[in-house]
Amino acid sequence: MKWKTLAVAVMLAALPFAAGAVEPDEILDDPALEARAREISKDLRCVVCQNQDIDSSNAGVARDLRLLVRERLVAGDTDAEVIEYVRARYGDYVLLKPPFKPETYALWLAPALLVLFGVGTVIVVLRSSRKRQVAERLSEEDERLVAEILAAEKEGRS
Amino acid sequence: MKRAIAALPVLIVLVFGAFFLWGLNPDRDPNAIPSVLISQPAPEFDLPAVEGVGVPGLSRDNLFGNSDPVVVNVFASWCVPCRAEHAVLTRMVERDGVRLFGINYKDKPEDARGWLEKLGNPYERIGSDLNGRAGIEWGISGVPETFIVAGDGTVLYRYVGPVVGAEAEEKFATALAQARTRNGANS
Repeated sequence: MKWKTLAVAVMLAALPFAAGAVEPDEILDDPALEARAREISKDLRCVVCQNQDIDSSNAGVARDLRLLVRERLVAGDTDAEVIEYVRARYGDYVLLKPPFKPETYALWLAPALLVLFGVGTVIVVLRSSRKRQVAERLSEEDERLVAEILAAEKEGRS
Repeated sequence: MKRAIAALPVLIVLVFGAFFLWGLNPDRDPNAIPSVLISQPAPEFDLPAVEGVGVPGLSRDNLFGNSDPVVVNVFASWCVPCRAEHAVLTRMVERDGVRLFGINYKDKPEDARGWLEKLGNPYERIGSDLNGRAGIEWGISGVPETFIVAGDGTVLYRYVGPVVGAEAEEKFATALAQARTRNGANS
């Protein structure tokens, strides 16, 4: 009996998280289409409460966009076509994942370049420190000088 | 080689400094969303009139073939800043002879009618956008928003929020003056 109470309590506790912002009247009858709509909604930014996707936003425009996404899906659009439809009206800004194109090269490539730069720096530093260790022997010029000095000292002493 | 490496910290400081200079500029609004409409022809929409207001509805065709740039204002009676903006728009129409079109966004016709009767109607045409679909076509994020559309139907400028206060009005007036000279150059 006890585990049943516990199960009900857990379900009730999880309910607010499951509900989200999607209202019952928005949900499509076709579960497959609805699942696609949810996925698309998660990639679209709400233009009012920026940094939130339209799937979890309660803003009016977010709701309009959710309805629009579902309308396009029912009309037979592919996922990419739906996203393109919204992007044509709100720009790249509406995509939570920025596209890879010349304007965003700096954004996408900067991390890789920084890693390369870091690795390069490490290699250069390690190489130069190894070189310093190798230079334990005197050069021929120094060797000759030392020999001369030693020879001069020897002569002086004897 | 050594000298090049020694210059690296300076280079890094310069790059980051420039980035911070740009990022921390108080005039930069990080929430500003660049509009895709700018320099594009006006979007497709066709809105019926608001019942009982006495001005015709608004569609895309009305924005093409005008001799002057026109101002398209998205408003609603439930939007408080719109009330403040209404006076500014009315002044623009009466004093500067601006042609003003309205999109009545998600508003009940009777509310819009009452609002316009009380405050006056500066709009030449008003389209009733009950479900907000035209708003999406225009890429708006809220009301009010105001656009300047050239005589040939090209969207030239977008102002997000109410055009209220000296700074905002000056910005808008500058954009409108630019639109007018552009129009003059084209025709």
